[in-house]
Amino acid sequence: MASKSKNDAKSGSDSAVSMNLKSYKKDFLYSALEKMLLIRRFEEKSAQMYGLRKIGGFCHLYNGQEAVAIAAAMAADMSRDYMLTAYRDHGHALACGMDPNVVMAELYGKITGCSRGKGGSMHMFDVEKHMLGGNGIVGAQIPIATGVAFAEMYKKKVMGQKDTGVALCFFGDGAVHQGAFHESLNLAGVWKLPAVYMVENNRFGMGSAVHRVSAVEDFEIKAVGYNIDGMQLDGMSFIDCYEGIGKAIERARKDSVPTLIDIKTYRYKGHSMSDPAKYRTKDELDKFKAQDPIELLKSAMKDAGMITDEDYQNLDKQIKQTVQEAVDFAENSDEPAIETIYEDVYV
Amino acid sequence: MAEIAIRDALNQAIDEEMARDQTVMIMGEEVAEYEGAYKVTRGLWKKYESPRVLDTPITENGFTGVGIGAALVGLRPIVEWMTFNFSIQALDQVISNAAKMRHMSGGQLKVPIVFRGPNGPAEYLSSQHSQAIQSFYAHIPGLKVVAPSTAYDSKGLLKTAIRDDNPVVFMEAEMMYSWTGEVPEEEYTVPFGKAAIRREGDDVTLISFSRPMRLLEEAADELASQGINAEVIDLRSLRPLDEDTIYASVRKTNRVVVLDDAWPVASFGSYVAWLISRNCFDELDAQVELVHAEDVPMPYNHKLELAVQVSTEKVVKAAKRVLYME
Repeated sequence: MASKSKNDAKSGSDSAVSMNLKSYKKDFLYSALEKMLLIRRFEEKSAQMYGLRKIGGFCHLYNGQEAVAIAAAMAADMSRDYMLTAYRDHGHALACGMDPNVVMAELYGKITGCSRGKGGSMHMFDVEKHMLGGNGIVGAQIPIATGVAFAEMYKKKVMGQKDTGVALCFFGDGAVHQGAFHESLNLAGVWKLPAVYMVENNRFGMGSAVHRVSAVEDFEIKAVGYNIDGMQLDGMSFIDCYEGIGKAIERARKDSVPTLIDIKTYRYKGHSMSDPAKYRTKDELDKFKAQDPIELLKSAMKDAGMITDEDYQNLDKQIKQTVQEAVDFAENSDEPAIETIYEDVYV
Repeated sequence: MAEIAIRDALNQAIDEEMARDQTVMIMGEEVAEYEGAYKVTRGLWKKYESPRVLDTPITENGFTGVGIGAALVGLRPIVEWMTFNFSIQALDQVISNAAKMRHMSGGQLKVPIVFRGPNGPAEYLSSQHSQAIQSFYAHIPGLKVVAPSTAYDSKGLLKTAIRDDNPVVFMEAEMMYSWTGEVPEEEYTVPFGKAAIRREGDDVTLISFSRPMRLLEEAADELASQGINAEVIDLRSLRPLDEDTIYASVRKTNRVVVLDDAWPVASFGSYVAWLISRNCFDELDAQVELVHAEDVPMPYNHKLELAVQVSTEKVVKAAKRVLYME
């Protein structure tokens, strides 16, 4: 965790990171594995249904990055903390505990979707689960998340509320170059806001490799300029993410110190469903797949005697069933009525 | 009734709402220690302290987004833009987030926030600092847009805006802050979506909002001196728009001049003119006239900048055109 060494952004590490499960309880890790696998299978099914034209528009898949959202959600207290992310948001929605049926129905544009068919892939929301989107403009969620953190600080300071939350803000490496990033992190530094900013550095902003568009490849160093904490994490390691993000959340909650975390991850699919990802080699993709976050956790758990191949296969089967039920639910749901176009515009 | 300046009427509205609701706060450049670039927030920082009255860095996109985020989770922020010219920096947050969060979440979220500051031309400022950009905001579903012209309405509409659960764009005018008007001691609010008939008349309807209302009043005086009775309508709120009051007046006078100090292309005034043409076609005795700014950026030279802007004379001429007197 928090290794300050410069990762090789282009090749990834050749050997799978060995994971120290230390004193983690089996149930906890099993739950993490289950949640990550749910995202993986959900995304695979989303791709399939997109291919069948059941899902339209821009559809950005989370395959490969599962450890990040799940680790964050498990390190957080989602009854008080909030999650805000960009358009690659299916994983975060599921990580917050949103019902896969409702997420799939939203992808289908059905009235039973979380946004009543008005948001689609990029706009997953669940106020009760503290999932505040799903933002389609690169970096536009960063000021919003900063505002959520501000409100939590305000509620504590002005209104004397206890149990205030932390804003968990996710964005890609492309968003780091937006003005919104700079403006927000400066405000978080000036006002000491309870926020954790996580760059899901999947090495590409659409088709542009990080080194082609960024003067630096390790983004945690930017924290210095905002007088906040910086940290780098291995996004392929659930444990590394869980521990690192957990520490950042704790600092935000107790000391109101924001953190910027550069999380080295990788997306297996193209930027969106329309992207064949010709800007990278199969070799590079295979190298990252060799350190797949789900496989890594599974094999570490296997080594620790916490799971057998059979257990895993049963789990996978069960999750595939859950995902199929989500598809069935979406298929069988109604389209929104035309009259709903005038709803949800004003309170 | 006390006669007070518009800046003080706005100050009273903010002060009263902050006193009655702890979730109301105000942020912006120089709103706290400096007491506001136009002194609208005078005394509030001393009374309520930070973070309720909060100075921000010069970062419109950032702090506007912060206000929106805070509104999503229970606060009622007032975001002061030092001028609407700088709000252009924040347009993405207003259009992509404030106006759409409720919609994109299928009605789960609400965004109770007020964006306010001076809009419209000022003097000797050239083109970046002197323009009327109400049409940018009026164009966007999901926003409410109001633009008062009196001290009474400034206070009453701002109180309504702060209590509204939707994002409200509240447009003042630099040249209006020192205008005075009667404001009662007792509590009151002014509802959105209700135009005010400032003067009744049968011959021609004159419609505008915000600072140009003065020009309508002057034009109506000038027309009266020539025996023409103008009906003067102050829209007060652009979204929602009180179409009924407009149509009732036009059906009575059969002639109308719309005054909007913005550029003519796709302006709010041109939209009002279209509405009237469509909905009162049979009652109109003349084409609908639109008085607007010249379709050029604002020049610095005073003679030129006055020539670019709308004026009483231009309104009088337009009224005479629809009366076939010119």
